Amino acid sequence: MKYAAKKILMLLITMVIVSFLAFAAFELISGSAADTMLGTDGTPEQIAALEEKLGLNRPFFVRYFEWLGGFFTGDLGVSFRYRQPVAELLAPKILVTLCLSTLSFLLILCFSIPVGLLSARDSSGVKDGIWNGIIQLMMAVPPFFTGVLLTWVFSIVLHFYNHGQFPGLQNDFWGSVSYLIYPAVAIAVPRIAMTMRMFRSRIQNEMRSGYVPTAFSRGNDRKQVLRRHVLKNSLVPVVTFLAQTMAEILAASVVVEQVFAIPGLGRMLVSSIGDRDFPVVQALVVIIAFWVVLSGTLADIINQRIDPRLRLGGGAK
Amino acid sequence: MKKRNWYLTLGFILTGIIASFIVMGFIWTPYDPNAIMAGPKFSPPSFEHIMGTDNFGRDIFSRVLQGAGSTALIALCTVLIGALIGIAVGALTGYFGGIVDEALMRFNDALTAFPSILVALVIVGVMGGGKYNVILALGIVFIPSFARVTRTAFASLRDVNYVKSVRLMGAKPARIICLHILPNTISVLLPAITIGFNNAVLAEASMSYLGIGIKPPDASLGYMLSEAQGMLSIAPWYAIWTGGVIVIMIFAVGLIGEGLQHCGRESM
Repeated sequence: MKYAAKKILMLLITMVIVSFLAFAAFELISGSAADTMLGTDGTPEQIAALEEKLGLNRPFFVRYFEWLGGFFTGDLGVSFRYRQPVAELLAPKILVTLCLSTLSFLLILCFSIPVGLLSARDSSGVKDGIWNGIIQLMMAVPPFFTGVLLTWVFSIVLHFYNHGQFPGLQNDFWGSVSYLIYPAVAIAVPRIAMTMRMFRSRIQNEMRSGYVPTAFSRGNDRKQVLRRHVLKNSLVPVVTFLAQTMAEILAASVVVEQVFAIPGLGRMLVSSIGDRDFPVVQALVVIIAFWVVLSGTLADIINQRIDPRLRLGGGAK
Repeated sequence: MKKRNWYLTLGFILTGIIASFIVMGFIWTPYDPNAIMAGPKFSPPSFEHIMGTDNFGRDIFSRVLQGAGSTALIALCTVLIGALIGIAVGALTGYFGGIVDEALMRFNDALTAFPSILVALVIVGVMGGGKYNVILALGIVFIPSFARVTRTAFASLRDVNYVKSVRLMGAKPARIICLHILPNTISVLLPAITIGFNNAVLAEASMSYLGIGIKPPDASLGYMLSEAQGMLSIAPWYAIWTGGVIVIMIFAVGLIGEGLQHCGRESM
């Protein structure tokens, strides 16, 4: 429990640093918000008045802490383009992206672990080469290309779904989920391969370590050795890796949402970048970064449950 | 007996084939890539147009050659920037350690919270598209990962015996870093470079697919794929060829990376 508390404290510190980086970066690039809002024909007096009204003329750190406070109370500022609170704008989209990410994370989990286990058996020779070939090939397929291929096969040739007509989670939840399966697969394919590759090589390495012959000599068969000894030891780096996968899933979903015309965070991000709608971009970047750090912390806590060695060392990597 | 490294062999052959096509594309393409009505519209692959034509009757093979060329060039430049700066930073902080090292690494940790393609998207979105901005943005984004890998390698070699002994012989840090430690980190750095190249190809293609990045008339595989998506029902071969070329590029370089990692493992 103490470990978890420590990790959560670390998480909070990281969140503050991350949000500070994002705030400072946007401060640097967006220039004066008042300038942007008034367009090219704002007089200096108008700009000054608006800055006063928006509180932009106050010191940097005051504004940072206000913004951070607002972030945790759900006040993310106002969109330049839609003139609407960012929180209102993003709330429905977060759900969609959450759904998509969860689906593809489940896919990755359900495929990479069992298949990785199965493939770890063939640790040399032609079969090993074939597995590695398949893994390398899967890793080489960009998610958006898989997305386009899936669209072609399942929407245009087979008519399984109507491309570009996402029903919306509120209207038709299961319809939406079945639509999201395709982008989830597109995102998952390369990540399944990467997780398999990592899990495989971990198991194969562990199988070579000293305790394995001992376990065999006590009369365990391969299955028992795997289940009782090797699996737990190989799982720790995989959990860490899966947490990093969360970040990759989000990054990939930015592109794949575009392929399938899904109204999620990614599409919002791309269109906001195009519109230079900085409050929205800033909020999205910070939300995504928080998401990433959060999954990292979760992985650390899970790992500590799996591997008792981490309970003693505390912060050992 | 030394086992043959099939990954490396296959990877080099494939990369060689692609590279020679790309080099050919810089000098000569069967048709002008941007020539409208080089052939009939939407003609499927044939002897005149081995990858078919698109909605303007442009020859897809010529366009793919050009697009692959610019994607590869951008990825190379990106890796060059990221690797040079990243390795320099990682080598210095890893070798000297101390408070600067600690601070930079914490900063680096915080940076990993931002998926790199997102950062690149925002940078290019703000600075505007175009070849050079994309290279710059991706190059910057790739620095931390190279710095991290290099730092770990350097930190682990900082106090090994051969380094200690050259230090006792009076060698200057610059000499130790460049001549003694760097050559021994190659087995870690080379695979990192191939992975970086692949990530750069992927990032560039994603960005131009989204329309943030390379803009026409500059060709790019990602942009072509987004064009091709609109014609999927009439000319599916356009999407398959463009995407397929991206896959083969990443696959080939990935094989080299895998092979290099195997080499590194054997020599250790």
